[in-house]
Amino acid sequence: MGNSVDLIFKIAGVGILVAVLNTILKHAGKEEQGHLVTLAGLAIVFIWVIQLLANLFDQVKSVFKLF
Amino acid sequence: MDVLQIVAIGLIATVLVVVVRSQRPELALLLSVAAGVIIFLLVLGKIGSIMDVIKDLAARAGINMVYLGTILKIIGIAYIAEFGAQICRDAGEGAVATKIEFASKILIMVLAVPIVVAVLQALLKLVP
Repeated sequence: MGNSVDLIFKIAGVGILVAVLNTILKHAGKEEQGHLVTLAGLAIVFIWVIQLLANLFDQVKSVFKLF
Repeated sequence: MDVLQIVAIGLIATVLVVVVRSQRPELALLLSVAAGVIIFLLVLGKIGSIMDVIKDLAARAGINMVYLGTILKIIGIAYIAEFGAQICRDAGEGAVATKIEFASKILIMVLAVPIVVAVLQALLKLVP
């Protein structure tokens, strides 16, 4: 329960951090690295969300006997 | 009070999504997916206990377990397909959402064929 709600805050934190880093890098004239930061943040969050989704699908499969 | 927890999670997730969306729309989408999955996981255990009660009632009424299993599978497919389609529609991909719903309808139809056949056989027995 607490663990899963933590994930929402973690994702929002990554989003805000990526936005700030992107702005800083853009002002420093390093747009390519800004894109890389965006991509890395997206990949990290994607891995978390996919693990959560796999958990959900497993539970739905066991509740509704979908095999 | 589970409902308070769920409403609180929903409100917090909504505020965070609105904050993140202006800067990073793709992360906002993943955030709303995560919030949806967490709320779904919170109520899934309760759905499981309801299903146990329904199975118990069906066993007492002497209904064939094959039919009940089919109905449960159909409900599961409908839940998951609806979930995926809503996420796609939230992201503005109405076309993909429509295809997910189409595919889930076909899968439900495939599961329902044995029941339809059973109904037709029962009808044929009635016809002399």
